[in-house]
Amino acid sequence: MSNDKSADAGCADCSRRSLIAATAVVGGAAGIGAAVPFVASFTPSERAKAAGAPVEVDISGMQPGEKKVVEWRGKPVWIIRRTPEMLASLKAVEASLADPDSKRSEQPTYVKGAARAIKEEYLVCIGICTHLGCSPSDKLAPGAEGGMTADWKGGFLCPCHGSQFDLSGRVLKSMPAPDNLPIPPHTYLSDTRILIGEDGKGA
Amino acid sequence: MNALFQQLMGWVDDRFPATKLYKEHLSEYYAPKNFNFWYFFGSLALLVLVIQIVTGIFLVMHYKPDASLNAAGIPVAFASVEYIMRDVPGGWIIRYMHSTGASAFFIVVYLHMFRGLLYGSYRKPRELVWLFGVAIFLCLMAEAFFGYLLPWGQMSGWGAQVIVNLFEAIPVIGKDLSILIRGDFVVGDATLNRFFSFHVIAIPLVLIGLVAAHIIALHEVGSNNPDGVEIKKHKDANGIPLDGIPFHPYYTVKDIFGAVVFMIVFSAIVFFWPTGGGYFLEFNNFVPYDALKTPPHIAPVWYFTPFYSILRATTSDFLPFLGILVAAIGGLTFATARLSIVKMLAAAVTVVLLAGFYFLDAKVWGVVLMGGSVLLFALLPWLDQSPVKSIRYKGGLFKSILAVWVVCFLILGYLGVLPPTKLGTIVSQICSILYLAFFGFMPWYSRMDKTQAEPERVTF
Repeated sequence: MSNDKSADAGCADCSRRSLIAATAVVGGAAGIGAAVPFVASFTPSERAKAAGAPVEVDISGMQPGEKKVVEWRGKPVWIIRRTPEMLASLKAVEASLADPDSKRSEQPTYVKGAARAIKEEYLVCIGICTHLGCSPSDKLAPGAEGGMTADWKGGFLCPCHGSQFDLSGRVLKSMPAPDNLPIPPHTYLSDTRILIGEDGKGA
Repeated sequence: MNALFQQLMGWVDDRFPATKLYKEHLSEYYAPKNFNFWYFFGSLALLVLVIQIVTGIFLVMHYKPDASLNAAGIPVAFASVEYIMRDVPGGWIIRYMHSTGASAFFIVVYLHMFRGLLYGSYRKPRELVWLFGVAIFLCLMAEAFFGYLLPWGQMSGWGAQVIVNLFEAIPVIGKDLSILIRGDFVVGDATLNRFFSFHVIAIPLVLIGLVAAHIIALHEVGSNNPDGVEIKKHKDANGIPLDGIPFHPYYTVKDIFGAVVFMIVFSAIVFFWPTGGGYFLEFNNFVPYDALKTPPHIAPVWYFTPFYSILRATTSDFLPFLGILVAAIGGLTFATARLSIVKMLAAAVTVVLLAGFYFLDAKVWGVVLMGGSVLLFALLPWLDQSPVKSIRYKGGLFKSILAVWVVCFLILGYLGVLPPTKLGTIVSQICSILYLAFFGFMPWYSRMDKTQAEPERVTF
């Protein structure tokens, strides 16, 4: 039990020191293991994961130019019945868009083109800005009346960081938001009923 | 009586170093005798911390972190704050002290930090005092952010939504990380409960520990002063600095005077102007949180707005200018560094950043710049290469650059509370570049600066 025995290798109590190192490593591993349930408790609970059922919306009473907001998975989903002028604006705005064909943006395969909709007239999109998650405000009317510039073609303005979107939820160039507003999976149950949160059977 | 007290203290001191601590930190802690107005804010920060902790303890007795709706259709958390304001005896003043205290904390801490900038208090040997201070500032920001969700108003919910989504910008792990922070796919009850836990226990514990470390480190190296000279260089026969006076009673009396003046102003605001014109308590936050509707104008509370403006300024057409700034700083480092490893490192960092600006979204860089603009303070001890510490002996170059930086900081803060406009974005982009350049070019301009000779002893 004296020091001089193990002092040969240039360190005092070599074997005891390696024992300390070994127990520290094992103890450290146990410590990391103990952190697992605590980190796991940060993840969404089973209840949070279960909440996300599809939502059915009746669009029969909607007038042209009208917008409806429904909640799906805690997020606002917009349904907008677009007028012919609104649809025409989609072409006019094309040159100033960051991603006109929605190549890098989130949308189901069955919505295509400038309208980004199953039925051109009805836009269904998640009203959450792809920048930092605010819900953009309506600036549906073209022109300077809504506080926009005179060449405004109609669309949405995010109040948080000023990203602008056209009437298909496509983001304009050099805005803080990188992508177009996402289109949720949805399907028409009948001519007047939309189911949000599920792809159609045929799709 | 006195003899009895001596006896009692003797008994305690044999078991706990009470007298030793009292001497080390108060009666025999020798602080420079030339402290001025700027030296009020350290002790005031401590006072505000006490106000926040005491009022916080009492608020928790009535507050409920619950996002579910009550019978009247109002979120329970929001309703419990209204209950504190209307039904709990004395509740309104405790709550207003806490909400005003948050803004007061930042006013005091910003002035305290600016004092450090003026007199070079971050310079050797006080680097760790400064780093603990930067950590305290970060904790304070976290504390304010978590606390702001608790009233569950429109600004609470949407503010949290924006800040948590900042983490989503981090490549690869961002999406999962933001879900991990929220505990749900949207800001909801899980988010509210964990933010409550962070706000009332986790962050305050860390904060108090850091404050202790800040003061222990300060008392180890001794306080700086407006002249930026070390008083420990000239000691008397007993080893006491010639220019030092015991903290107690000299500075306790001075600080009590400061505390009285502060409390008069603080009380006036609590009693007559608790919302601070919408800056201390934002009007939109008197509306319960609605996950489907962002208020038409949202802005963070005033103390976050300089950094928020930098976030907002970072658009894709801003990145080339940022690239020029980084290339200039990197090139200068490469040209002037003496060690070849520093040269290599500067080149590598510059290339990586330039590639990053090209390949990654502006969104990522907005987040990086916002965080970076706070963290840059931590580098000050090493960026400042001036031969003198205090602004009193620095030259016109440093003074004017500091003045420009202060103006930029204020403009960024002002623009951050306004809705985004084209002109505002351009102005905040210019200010962001200047803000970053203040730190980035400091090693060179602080050396070029024509300084005056420091005095041997303090002046007053």
